Amino acid sequence: MRVFRLAFGRLLASLPTLVLILVGMFLLLQLAPGDTVDALLAQMGGGDAQLAEDLRRFYGLDLGIAARLGQYLGRLVTLDLGFSAIYGKPVATVIVERLPATLLLMVSALSFAFFAGLLLGVVAARRVNRWPDTLISTLGLIFYATPSFWFGLMAIVVFSVYLQWLPAGGFSEVGMGYTGLTAVLDTARHLVLPTLTLGLIFLAIYLRIMRASMLEVLSLDFVRTARAKGLTETRVVARHVLRNAMLPMVTLIGLQAGTMLGGSVVVESVFALPGLGRLAYESVVQRDLNTLLGIVFVSAILVIVINFLVDLLYARLDPRIEA
Amino acid sequence: MRALRAYLRSPAAILGSLVVLAVLGMALLAPVLYPNDPLGLAGRPLQWPGANPRFPLGTDPSGRDIAAQLFHGARISLLIGLVATGIATAVGIAIGALAGFYGGWADTVLMRATEAFQTLPNFLLLLVLVAVFGSTLTTVTVAVGVVSWPPVARLTRAEFLTLRTRDFVQAGRLQGLSDAHLILREVLPNALPPVIVYASVVMAVAILLESALAFLQLSDPNVPSWGNLIGLGRNVLRTEWYVSAIPGAAILLTILGVSLVGQGLNDALNPRLASGR
Repeated sequence: MRVFRLAFGRLLASLPTLVLILVGMFLLLQLAPGDTVDALLAQMGGGDAQLAEDLRRFYGLDLGIAARLGQYLGRLVTLDLGFSAIYGKPVATVIVERLPATLLLMVSALSFAFFAGLLLGVVAARRVNRWPDTLISTLGLIFYATPSFWFGLMAIVVFSVYLQWLPAGGFSEVGMGYTGLTAVLDTARHLVLPTLTLGLIFLAIYLRIMRASMLEVLSLDFVRTARAKGLTETRVVARHVLRNAMLPMVTLIGLQAGTMLGGSVVVESVFALPGLGRLAYESVVQRDLNTLLGIVFVSAILVIVINFLVDLLYARLDPRIEA
Repeated sequence: MRALRAYLRSPAAILGSLVVLAVLGMALLAPVLYPNDPLGLAGRPLQWPGANPRFPLGTDPSGRDIAAQLFHGARISLLIGLVATGIATAVGIAIGALAGFYGGWADTVLMRATEAFQTLPNFLLLLVLVAVFGSTLTTVTVAVGVVSWPPVARLTRAEFLTLRTRDFVQAGRLQGLSDAHLILREVLPNALPPVIVYASVVMAVAILLESALAFLQLSDPNVPSWGNLIGLGRNVLRTEWYVSAIPGAAILLTILGVSLVGQGLNDALNPRLASGR
């Protein structure tokens, strides 16, 4: 219970941060040249000044900045993110439609990076300074240096164009009308390349951290005790070292939640996934500032929630936090 | 000197330095080897590398020389990387130093702001900045710097927090040294080594951020950037994949070089934390 109180305390403490972000972003977007009405008129093929004025009044763009900021924050409390003129729907609806793809992508990329990083880090640490370690560490350096969008494109060339094993983009096969298990498998097939692409850089980071942290923990006294008890090396690693060595990695998940969301903008664009990141890109191009602000809000909340979950997980792994 | 010798003993660090020097050489030689506008029409579009001796790396979908764009792109990547890193490091050190040195409400306010920046996905903030201020070379560089400072601020603050209570700082206080003198002349030089090492990470991330932005065609379209070229090659990916492959390999090598230099610096400056062990 104490853990929950601690984690909730941190959740509450992040509320001012959220308000700060929203106010800052709102003010920043006021500096943008052209507003939604301009974009809308351009889409309609132009219109006279009277129409522009009417539209501005309709969307509440004719008020002062302070009044609009107040209105916006007031409506946010009821989770009303405003109206997207470009999509012709409430922003909240647009975002909710796009959220599942991004969440799925993030969860699968994170799981891939975490477990592969864990495994490679453990192998490297147990063979430290021998060839498996050198190989894994070198791979880690190369993965870290690979631009994700480029890796994605090259993966498409190899696996979709030449080998034709995996689809090049999209979230599911259009028009096949799959249901049930086939639909799940179909989506899974579509997510393989995006997951690898988004997860690659995090895999590199996790394996490096895991290796360093394993080496650190392996040198501690309780490991010597466990070995002195006559436990096999595998058992020492699995039961005693792993749990402790995982802590820095878990911390990193929280710290990098934002980076991963940012990375999904690029990855979703490469693979034409209908996610939040692609929506962010589209709303920048289409000057749909209401939607952009809504995405900022939802992303910040997502990062805060992930950090909350990481706090809980951390407490489970390290019981000393509870004491 | 000892640090330099330690640095030169590491093969990885030397390899990294060579790669970075090679990229620097490309940047310097670009106007000599390719004096013409790299974005100007050079020949028939989409010639494969090696097909025409005039274009060793082929031409892109608009008939521009890829090799010329690669050399001139090195200038852009290095320029953006260095300037954005400079901005991020300067802002980060200033905020981290003030927060760590004074503590109290200054620390609270500055760290809240840092937290806000870290809660916001940095690429999303970059998109917003570019949407608002446009995508010229200057705005993109500044925007990349602006989204990259929070980790530097946290690192500097952590260093200042441990250093400010040390005896030599207390002694300085007793001598009546001004805060500015204490911060700049006493604490900062001791806090700097890890920050310098971290600057290599900032630079790698800055180059990646710009290339991702350029790939989405949201960076300056009037400069020959590697990311731009990858984005252009995307339209012909199924057949002429080399258009995207070549500049991507250049980015990979550059980041690899910068990372190796950073790791070498880390091992040389913080021998106790040597990553090789």
